[in-house]
Amino acid sequence: MLESPRNINSGKTNSGEKDFGTPRRTSGQEVTLEIDGMQVTVAAGTSIMRAAAEGGVNVPKLCATDSLEPFGSCRLCLVEIEGRKGYPASCTTPVEAGMKVRTQSPKLQTLRKGVMELYISDHPLDCLTCAANGNCELQDMAGVTGLREVRYGYDGENHLVSNKDESNPYFTYDPAKCIVCNRCVRACEETQGTYALTISGRGFESRVSPGQDQPFMDSECVSCGACVQVCPTATLQEKTVIEKGQAEHSVVTTCAYCGVGCSFKAEMKGNEVVRMVPNKDGHANEGHSCVKGRFAWGYATHQDRILKPMIRSKITDPWREVSWDEALNYAAAEFKRIQKKYGRDSIGGIVSSRCTNEEAYLVQKLVRTVFGNNNVDTCARVCHSPTGYGLKQTLGESAGTQTFKSVEHSDVIMVMGANPTDAHPVFASRMKKRLSEGAKLIVIDPRHIDLVRSPHVAADFHLQLKPGTNVAILSALAHVIVSEGLLATEFIAQRCEDKAFQQWKDFVALPENSPEAMQEITGVSAELVRGAARLYATGGNAAIYYGLGVTEHAQGSTAVMGIANLAMATGNIGREGVGVNPLRGQNNVQGSCDMGSFPHELPGYRHVSDSTTRHLFEQAWGVEIQPEPGLRIPNMFDAALDGSFMGLYCQGEDIVQSDPNIQHVAAALAAMECIVVQDIFMNETAMYAHVFLPGSSFLEKDGTFTNAERRISRVRKVMPPKAGYADWEVTIELAQRLGYEMHYAHPSEILDEIARLTPTFHGVSYEKLDRLGSIQWPCNEAAPLGTPIMHVDHFVRGKGHFIITKYVATDEKVTRKFPLILTTGRILSQYNVGAQTRRTSNVQWHEQDLLEIHPHDAEERGVVDGGWVSIHSRAGETVLRAKVSERMQPGVVYTTFHFPESGANVITTENSDWATNCPEYKVTAVQVKPVSEPSEWQKKYTRFSKVQHELLGKARQSKSIA
Amino acid sequence: MDMQNLVHMANKIGDFFEAMPDREEALLGIAGHLHNFWEPRMRSQLLDYVDAENGKDLKPIVVTAIRTYRSKLVSQH
Ligand code: SF4
Ligand code: SF4
Ligand code: SF4
Ligand code: FES
Repeated sequence: MLESPRNINSGKTNSGEKDFGTPRRTSGQEVTLEIDGMQVTVAAGTSIMRAAAEGGVNVPKLCATDSLEPFGSCRLCLVEIEGRKGYPASCTTPVEAGMKVRTQSPKLQTLRKGVMELYISDHPLDCLTCAANGNCELQDMAGVTGLREVRYGYDGENHLVSNKDESNPYFTYDPAKCIVCNRCVRACEETQGTYALTISGRGFESRVSPGQDQPFMDSECVSCGACVQVCPTATLQEKTVIEKGQAEHSVVTTCAYCGVGCSFKAEMKGNEVVRMVPNKDGHANEGHSCVKGRFAWGYATHQDRILKPMIRSKITDPWREVSWDEALNYAAAEFKRIQKKYGRDSIGGIVSSRCTNEEAYLVQKLVRTVFGNNNVDTCARVCHSPTGYGLKQTLGESAGTQTFKSVEHSDVIMVMGANPTDAHPVFASRMKKRLSEGAKLIVIDPRHIDLVRSPHVAADFHLQLKPGTNVAILSALAHVIVSEGLLATEFIAQRCEDKAFQQWKDFVALPENSPEAMQEITGVSAELVRGAARLYATGGNAAIYYGLGVTEHAQGSTAVMGIANLAMATGNIGREGVGVNPLRGQNNVQGSCDMGSFPHELPGYRHVSDSTTRHLFEQAWGVEIQPEPGLRIPNMFDAALDGSFMGLYCQGEDIVQSDPNIQHVAAALAAMECIVVQDIFMNETAMYAHVFLPGSSFLEKDGTFTNAERRISRVRKVMPPKAGYADWEVTIELAQRLGYEMHYAHPSEILDEIARLTPTFHGVSYEKLDRLGSIQWPCNEAAPLGTPIMHVDHFVRGKGHFIITKYVATDEKVTRKFPLILTTGRILSQYNVGAQTRRTSNVQWHEQDLLEIHPHDAEERGVVDGGWVSIHSRAGETVLRAKVSERMQPGVVYTTFHFPESGANVITTENSDWATNCPEYKVTAVQVKPVSEPSEWQKKYTRFSKVQHELLGKARQSKSIA
Repeated sequence: MDMQNLVHMANKIGDFFEAMPDREEALLGIAGHLHNFWEPRMRSQLLDYVDAENGKDLKPIVVTAIRTYRSKLVSQH
């Protein structure tokens, strides 16, 4: 068994990690100096403070911390330098060769004591009952400087009676304890890039203030917590710490929300989480996080968690709580019965992009070995399947090409169909940092997303295209590159297939692909397109980041290929600062795809018809594997309505809420005879289920997640599974009852099997992950430490393959009846279907889904801000409150889908990407009008949902009586 | 399964490959895509439809691809 690394927590800001005071500098030049008689060699540009810390001497400090640029305000870090007058601050003074520094002397001690005395005279002396007690840098410094008395007394003018700001649900601001060190202000600027904080007032009056002297919740603050993390005192403090006290140990694990995959230290008291602190050594996030990962973990212990297995024979029956044994036996018997009656291919499974790699692997293994078919799919189907297809066809591997850190080397950043500040916040912070250093920005999005204009960041080009015209824009950009001679001819000649390139070149050069010709279709002026193309092709290192606004279209796969074409045509691939980077939605989208969760692929993206691969797995698993692809999620629904697909094992996925055209999905599920749902909550899909198996949260199991950079990181168990089993154990139990033994004592053994059978994973193991922290695949004999940047010398497929991407208008056309286009997205505080975030205080930022509509469209329809409106498409109708907003262009409306009762997916249609059946969420033709009551669907939903909750309530009651 | 939907999906595949200048490549592309990504029951339904309805509502290039590579598209089991 593997031990979780545990360490005792000390130091408020860094959760047990050493604080070097100022950031690391990299330089080819080294400098040697003497500190306290000791020789120290560091990179040129390093501060004296950091050099001392690297040499093992910790100079007292308050305003400096190594995640922020030094500020030099507290004067506690003074040192003496031989041959220099005065006492320079070591945090702001860079090292020089031959310098002789003294960090301690009687004079320095007196000066420091004087500084501390001033601070303490205006600081409450309630250390024993303070939330930061035992973890406070002010306390530490009082100790280090030997402060024994405060001559000024405590009754002079002070801030001890200032009011606390409790508005943020997760942290408190207590100005009485503030020492005005400015760390929080710098963290908000440098680490987060939001610029929500300032120091207002001067001299004695000065205090930290969010926005215009507003409470935190009314300001621009996005609650990332970076300021809380760097605050050296209890001024900014997590409410959970105030409530529970300081942690006694911590465990490194990975965030279970988005595809950034931030590394965290879960700070614990026994089995209880006290707080989550982003891990400074985490390669994806380097010590930063967003509101979801840092604060919104309360759902894991929410009272709505279902902890007992339940069964029922019809979905109109009340649920019955049963033992694990009975539930699993029932599920197994049902699956056998259905296969006997309807044939081997009549059942299947769905793998979650939220569960671990090991769990994903086991579910597809169960389907292929026990069910004996390939009817396995993952919810990545509905988000990034076009990425897998498009990048495999062009570059040869179904994954992004870079590390997140690579953006530090980008000169031009193109963001297409993605809204990183909301959906991938920690990566957005990195990106904003690079942009504020001068990198250029091209945004291609129908919406005026925050990145287009925010403090210290402005897009050089915003191509505000009409939804559904991505491929047209990409062809127009390519046209400019080809016709204006901006091609990277040498790169193309060396690295790409010539015939395909020539064909592509001829195609994009056609007059119909020119920006002028496309203007009518895309709604973007040719001049803007030309400017953006020139900038992308000639502005230096250019990187493309894209999201679901590219994939979730009828031409999603085509657009992904179009992006890869652009990168190849300009030679922007295979080194730092460039590349093609999908921003993945859920935490383990990349991983679930890698694990062979698609019906046509075995682990490692190898087609089931490939007999060599099939034989490899057949030998390892001892069964015969079908050579034909299985059903994809939308095909499963169609087959269910046809009566040929009757049983489903669905792990950790809420297909009823997240898939398009809910009414179609619900009808399909209602037609099936046995649905087994494994989840932590009674989700929307579970309302159609016959067997409910309680799932486990990421805090309750061991495993790995793979983020959008192909980075495999450990998930570590910090508490026992609340319902008794981790999800991987449940799959093993189910397989066994269906007559197949899976022998794994620990998830590490599952990963060992994956590594053995998958060439890109050959070198991955828990031992290596513990040693390196994280690994980017491919990791094998050729790349033992993993592969940060892909396609360096040659493409994975050999030569890069240009593919012709012809624009084809979607069938979802605006008409007189449906004159507006609805597009969907997500916001920062909520996550996907919201099952987790809705059960946290994050609802304070977003308590319902709203329909955003342009003032012009609103006025024409008599829609007022905050009023109810109905949204009608050919698939259905729902009612939401309106938000009149200029972020939308006229003709386009927008909503999120975080709440089930909003029914955003009642209106989305089952139109889908031609190659992968990824739904066209981003384009639905609708009409909007003001109304006074919920839609028919919502009334029906409310009734159904109420009945289902009563049926659940009965299960719980019967238990408590029994 | 809903035949209209299958026809619609097949036509979308046709739209993509039709843009290729090399017609042989396009036909092979269409057939290959159906073979690699469509579950056998979807394929056989489409094949039956082409036979019974003479490919009504299907793009000509899709019908040609299906007829040319029919044997490849018949389920292996
Ligand atoms: S929580 Fe984040 S956004 Fe809010 S003030 Fe602090 S650093 Fe700025
Ligand atoms: S709130 Fe904390 S970090 Fe900000 S200035 Fe005050 S003491 Fe420093
Ligand atoms: S939700 Fe994403 S950005 Fe936020 S902490 Fe988790 S992994 Fe990081
Ligand atoms: S730590 Fe150097 S001046 Fe505050």
